[in-house]
Formats: sequence, C-alpha cells, structure tokens
Amino acid sequence: MGYTENELAKDLENQEYKFGFVTDIESDKAPIGLNENIIRFISAKKNEPEWLLEHRLEAFEVWKTMTEPEWAHVHYTKPDFQAITYYSAPKQTKKYESWDDVDPEMKATMAKLGISMEEQQRLTGVAVDFVMDSVSVATSFKAKLAELGIIFCSFSEAVQEHPELVKKHMGTVVPTTDNFYAALNSAVFTDGSFCYIPKGVRCPMELSTYFRINEGGTGQFERTLVVADEGAYVSYLEGCTAPQRDENQLHAAVVELIALENAEIKYSTVQNWYPGDKNGLGGVFNFVTKRGMCERNAKISWTQVETGSAVTWKYPSCILKGDNSIGEFYSVAVTNNYQQADTGTKMIHLGKNTKSTIISKGISAGFSQNSYRGLVQIHKNATNARNFSQCDSLLMTDTCGAHTFPYIECKNSTSKIEHEATTSKIGEDQIFYCLQRGISEEKAISLIVNGYCKEVLNQLPMEFAVEAQKLLAISLEGSVG
Amino acid sequence: MSTTLSINKLAKFTTALTPTSLTFSQDVIKDALAQLSSSEFPTTRNEQWKYTRVGKIAAIEPQVKTEYTRKLPKYSIAENAVTFVFENGIFRSDLSYGEVINGVTIKPLTACTAAELVSVGKLAKIEGDVFNSMNSAYASDGIYIHIASNTIVQKKIQIIQILTGNQTVANTRNYLFCDKFSKAEIIFGAFSHDATNSFNNVVTEILVEENADLTIDKIQYEEAGNYTIATENVQQAKDSTFTINTLTLNGTIVRNNLTINVAGTNCTTNLNGAYLLKENQHVDNHTVVDHLTPHCNSNELYKGVIDDKATAVFNGKVFVRKDAQKINAFQSNGNVLLSDNASVNSKPELEIYADDVKCSHGSTTGQLDEEAVFYLRARGLSEKSARHLMVSAFIGDVLEKIESEDVLAFTQKILQERFGWEF
Repeated sequence: MGYTENELAKDLENQEYKFGFVTDIESDKAPIGLNENIIRFISAKKNEPEWLLEHRLEAFEVWKTMTEPEWAHVHYTKPDFQAITYYSAPKQTKKYESWDDVDPEMKATMAKLGISMEEQQRLTGVAVDFVMDSVSVATSFKAKLAELGIIFCSFSEAVQEHPELVKKHMGTVVPTTDNFYAALNSAVFTDGSFCYIPKGVRCPMELSTYFRINEGGTGQFERTLVVADEGAYVSYLEGCTAPQRDENQLHAAVVELIALENAEIKYSTVQNWYPGDKNGLGGVFNFVTKRGMCERNAKISWTQVETGSAVTWKYPSCILKGDNSIGEFYSVAVTNNYQQADTGTKMIHLGKNTKSTIISKGISAGFSQNSYRGLVQIHKNATNARNFSQCDSLLMTDTCGAHTFPYIECKNSTSKIEHEATTSKIGEDQIFYCLQRGISEEKAISLIVNGYCKEVLNQLPMEFAVEAQKLLAISLEGSVG
Repeated sequence: MSTTLSINKLAKFTTALTPTSLTFSQDVIKDALAQLSSSEFPTTRNEQWKYTRVGKIAAIEPQVKTEYTRKLPKYSIAENAVTFVFENGIFRSDLSYGEVINGVTIKPLTACTAAELVSVGKLAKIEGDVFNSMNSAYASDGIYIHIASNTIVQKKIQIIQILTGNQTVANTRNYLFCDKFSKAEIIFGAFSHDATNSFNNVVTEILVEENADLTIDKIQYEEAGNYTIATENVQQAKDSTFTINTLTLNGTIVRNNLTINVAGTNCTTNLNGAYLLKENQHVDNHTVVDHLTPHCNSNELYKGVIDDKATAVFNGKVFVRKDAQKINAFQSNGNVLLSDNASVNSKPELEIYADDVKCSHGSTTGQLDEEAVFYLRARGLSEKSARHLMVSAFIGDVLEKIESEDVLAFTQKILQERFGWEF
C-alpha cells in the first residue's frame, strides 16, 4: 500500500495548518490540492460576496459525495484532483521574449489558418504592443455595447458589479448537483465571461472572447453565463481556431445560457485544445457542461467545431421549457491520432410546439475514437413537439472508431421524432473523380470533408467559417489511409 | 450494488428454485451460481435495464413443481407440425405429437446425454447477466434440436411453451444446432393458461454452421399479468443465414435479449420484430449484432404500435469489429403512439471500428398521419377503420418479411381482432 487517501487528507490538513489561508492571501498561487480552505482562498482572492462562497462550499459538499462518471466511451487515466493547483493568478509576464522564440510548428499552423500577424502574436502572447492595441479595440467595443445596455465582462467583474444578475441566474440551468464536473466547477471556478443583453436589444456584433480584456489565465475551470432578456438577440463566439497549448490537463468548464421570452442566443464554439502528440501522450481533458434554457418562443442554437483535446466529454443541451421554443445543435467533431471524443447533445422538450434539430458530423482518423451520444426527450405535455436528428460519421482509416449512442424517449403521442445515422468512409469513386480533374488526393479529401461538414460550417459566423474550414484540413493532414 | 441492510432479493428468490438436473457442464453451473451469489436483480441504474423495471418479477414468491398432468387446451400456431409442448419449463409428452423427421433430432434436454449437451452454456453470457445465470443454474428442461448436415427440413416444427399457475417461475433452456448446408424453420410459441403473476425465463443457444440457413419465428402471446425474459444467443459460421422474427402480441413485461455473433464471412442476418402494446404492457427489445468478420450483411427492422399506458423499449446495437470490412448493417425502428399515456424509449446504437463499411440506423416515433386518415375517411371508411387500416399497414412492413404462412395467419388473426377494419 502506498500513499492512502487518509494520509493525503491528513497531510493536507497539516499543510493548511502550516500556511493557513488567511496569511497566504497575498500569494499568487493556492497550494496544491482541494479542500474547503482552498475554496475559501479562491473566494477571498476574488473578493467575492458571502453568498457566492456559500454556493461554492455547497457545491464542494455535493462534489465530495459524487463519483467520476464512467459511462462515456472514452478511456483515460483519471486525473488526481488533489494534485491540481486550483488557483493561480493570471501571469503578467509575457510567454515569449520575441517572435523568434515561438514554436515554429505553431507559427506554421497559424499561417495556414490565415490568422493575421497581429493576431498571431497576440495569441501566442508575444508582443505587448499588440495586446495593448487589442485592449484599446476592446475598450471601444465595450463603449458601444454599454450604450445599448449590454453587459459583457469577465465573470469576476460581473460578481462585483452586477451581483444581482449573477445571483439570480447562476446555477439555474446547470445546478451544482448536476454532475461530477459541474459540481467541481461550481466549487472552484476562477473566472469566465458574463453577458447580459437587455430587453429587446439586438447585439450589433458577434460577442467573442477575442475582445475580452482580462483574457489569459481564466484557468481550467471556466464559468460562462449568457442571459438574453425578453426579445434580445446575441451571437456569442467561444474559443478560436489557433492551437491552444495549455499546461493544465484538466478543463472542466460550465456554460449556462438563458434565453427569456422571444430571445435568441447563438453560441458558436471552435475548440482546438492541445490534442496530445502523435502517440497519444499528453493533451487536454475537456469535460464541459453546457446547457441552455429556452423560455416561451425563445431559441438557442449551439454550433461547434471540435478538433482538439485528447479526451472530450461534452454535451451542449437545450431545455425547451417554454412553448414554441427552438433548440438547435450543429456539430463537427474531428478526432485524429489517439484522440477520444464522446460528444453530442440533449434536447429536453417540455413546452408545447417545441422544435429541435440535431446535425452531428463526426470524422475519425488515425487511432481515434469518436462517439455521438445524444438524448431527445419528449415529455408528456410537449404536445406537437418535433425533433429531427442526423448523425453522420466518416471513417478515414481502418484503425479508428465511430460510434453512435442516441437515446430517444417519447411520452407524448402528438410528437414526431426522426433520427438517422450513417457511417461510411470517403468513396473511392469520389477521390478518383477529383484525381482525374487534377486535384491532389490531400486536396480532394479536404474538399470532400468540407462538403460533408457544410451543413454545420454554414451555421458559423463568416470569419469563423473560413478559419474552421482550414482547421479541418489541418487536423486531418496526413491522415489519409 | 447491494447494501448490508436490505435483504438480497435475488438470493431469496433463487432459494425457492430447484437446482438444474440437466447434464451440461458443471463449470457453467458453478459460474452461474457464483455470479448469482454476488448479484442482485438489476435496477434502472444498470444501463442494460435503464427502461425496464423487474420489481414485479423480483416480488414473485416462486412456486415450483416438477410434474404437470392437468389437461390443457390445444395451443398451436402451425397445424400438422411436429409439436413439442413444455408447461412451465417441464416437458409434456402427453401433449406433444408428430412424426420423426429424417436428419433431425428433437427431444427434451432431460433426454439428452452429457455428450450432446457439451456445448450448452458456451454462448449464453453468465458474467453480469442475472437472468442467464439463473437459467443456467436452475433450468428444468427445454428443447434440443440437432439438424444434420445437408438436411433440408420441409416439415414444420413448433415448440410451444405454456405458462400456468400463480407465481410460477419457469427456467426453460433450449439448444439448437444447425449443421453444415442444412435449412430449417422453427416456430417458438409462448402462451399462458390460467396464469397470473408468473415468470418464464427462457435462454436459447443457437449455432448456425457453415452454409446453414435457419429461421426462428418467435411468437409471444401470454396473458396479461405474466412476465417473460427471453434470451437468444446465436453464433453464425461462414456463409450462413440466420433470420429471427419476434412478434410480441401480449404479455405484461416482455424482455427480449438477442445477441448474434457473426463469426464467419459472407453471412446474412435478419432481425424482424413487431409489437402491439396496450394497457400497462411493457415490451423491451434488446438486440446486439456483433460483426466479427468481413463481408457480411445484417438487416434489422422493428416496428410497434403502443396504446393506452404501454411502454415500448428498443435498444439495438451493431458492432463492427476491427478488420470486419465490407459490412452492410442496417437498423430501423419505427413507433406509433396511439395514446397520450403511451411512451417509447428507443436507443439504436452503432459501434464501428472498421472503415470500409456501410452502416446506418434510423428511428422514428410519431402518430398516424391525420391527412392519410382523412384520405381514407373521404373514401368512406369509418374513423376507426381508417386508423386500424393504417396500423395494419404500418405493422405490415414487418409481416411482409415473414415467410411462414402459419405464423403470418396467426399474427394476422390477432391483428384483425385488435385492429380490424372494414369498408
């Protein structure tokens, strides 16, 4: 027997005693491990109100009683939750001294994606000038948004400045008891973004994490809350196509969307976390809980392009609570090498005349495993509910896997549910046709894959779509079997 | 998960059963008992039993008899067929009849030698499966069918299982072997007579050898208030064809577990199923088609009509293992809900590890098309007739696939009784 849990607990207790959390408040980093005092430390560090601390502690109590879910079709070594640092202040120092220090492989990828030089340097965290520049850009955008009454800021800022909004909405869609990772996130989240669109306002621009001022260092436990008040509209972009290298292996984010009456939220994600090397070593574990609540006549649309992470566990969902509400899910998930993805959506139909559409396109290459797992649930009162699901999988090699696990539960006789799934590989005749016309095999595959994903890519905002297409090509580079 | 506080219901249940006296491998029995001793009845927390509660089965206080002599009315699906009747898993020679068919050995398992039963238990999975284990440890009897190579069976064969009495628990075990180049169609009919709160746990192991062609028609027509868990484990060798038609026409809780290992190249597998549910019935069809070898086809079509407070569950899984290239696997599930209290849980799954395959599945849940109903009414059909005609047509897609005229006639009769229509 090695180091037991009890011993660890004892050690941690001693540790706390040794350093104490109150005196440690000036430090930038919490001690390794997770316990009540660490949570108090994070909360104190962020100068949070009492109710939020209580919320965190409650979540922690719940989390302690939960076990890590094992039902997903993924295999990995479970992270040691006591070996993680749950808080470290955003690093002020730049990551690289000069542009020359940046990993040439990363530079090449960004060039291929067509990201501008400025953006490239900003993303890699090189040039302070450009960061300053983007800050000013962001500030001018902020002013414009403020005019309309739109609140768009970091989560910590929102807690300080708009506590009533945060308190009212936080945890209403993803309760702390929801699942293991959501509970963990609720206990230890460090930052994230908050967005509120007032009644009847149509947000004039795509809100994006690109423009966010206090970006970096939001850490592994991100918390996003988007509230669209009655009749409001917002399109929100998360992530970016550039490869994200991150030291943190575990990412457990929570995203909550609230669309009140007649509101519409469009949430687009491009995720390109470090997927590990060609042999499947390293890489980010992405365990995300994303859920939206639709009131009457509201609409929530999730669009995602997933190419990164070693292990993905993610099910953006819609609770169609109000009558006539609409939920949409468009997804492209690409896995290569030894990546594993178990992703899909849940559409919970509660209101009358609710509609949902699911379009999921999976592409597996290398030795990867790509699963779609979805739930369509029609409750008793969801008269005339309608669902259409289509899950296609494309297999690039004979060593990868593509799986479909749809759950369809219907308790209403007036609803219509359709589900179809196909699995196949790229037709040899299609490749042959392209080759005949002088298109190289690599290009032909990229062309076919882009055509295959078109239904989803079309849903992305313009600039994102262009980058996403290139991203697909890069992710599948050299994967032709 | 068992807690020390609650009494193990499964242990209590099995102590009332009579240990099997069949002469199959002692190892199988030992494994089954070991599995049972460390298990409890599955709950809805178990993914395989997510939608089916077995509480009613677990609550039975098992009554077991070793002999039955009471005269029973004649239950039959095919006239003039070689008929073997089992009452509560016990062979009724007095009710069985038929002549000897060349190349075919049919007899109850109790009349088999240990050598004949040497392969029993090789296909049915014990690990993690409570009902298979219970059957392996407590099976009373069942049918043994051996079809010699190159035998084309023209004669009809039917195996009739009748559940009788109150709180009866029957563990029936069947073993079928189709040797090379043989062809046969076998009808399994499950009935009940004056039975209440009784449970039939049937496990059938089927081996289909090279180039053999076997069709099983499974008709489930037990009275309300009785429960069935029917498990078929099939293994197909190369160039073989296996077809199973599952028709669930009555019964309170019916669970079908179908596992087909396609272990040879160039095989064809057909699974057809129809279910007509009413009142508080619960029918759960679990199918697994496991493609281990390349160049095979599988087709699956399940359709059902759900009325009143009934619940239908469909969980179809298709595996395509690594290197099992050139597989065409199709799976389709259709449901029509006729009542607001009816519900459907459908879970068609694909797990694919090979790339040169064509696999698809589809699942639909809906109601009768009002426009079509209107169309028929405009042509003079009563509303009831219009709806019934549409239900018949919906189920007709599955019935079309059934070759046996006897099975078809039997099913049509029941369909007509419930969903009869006239101009």
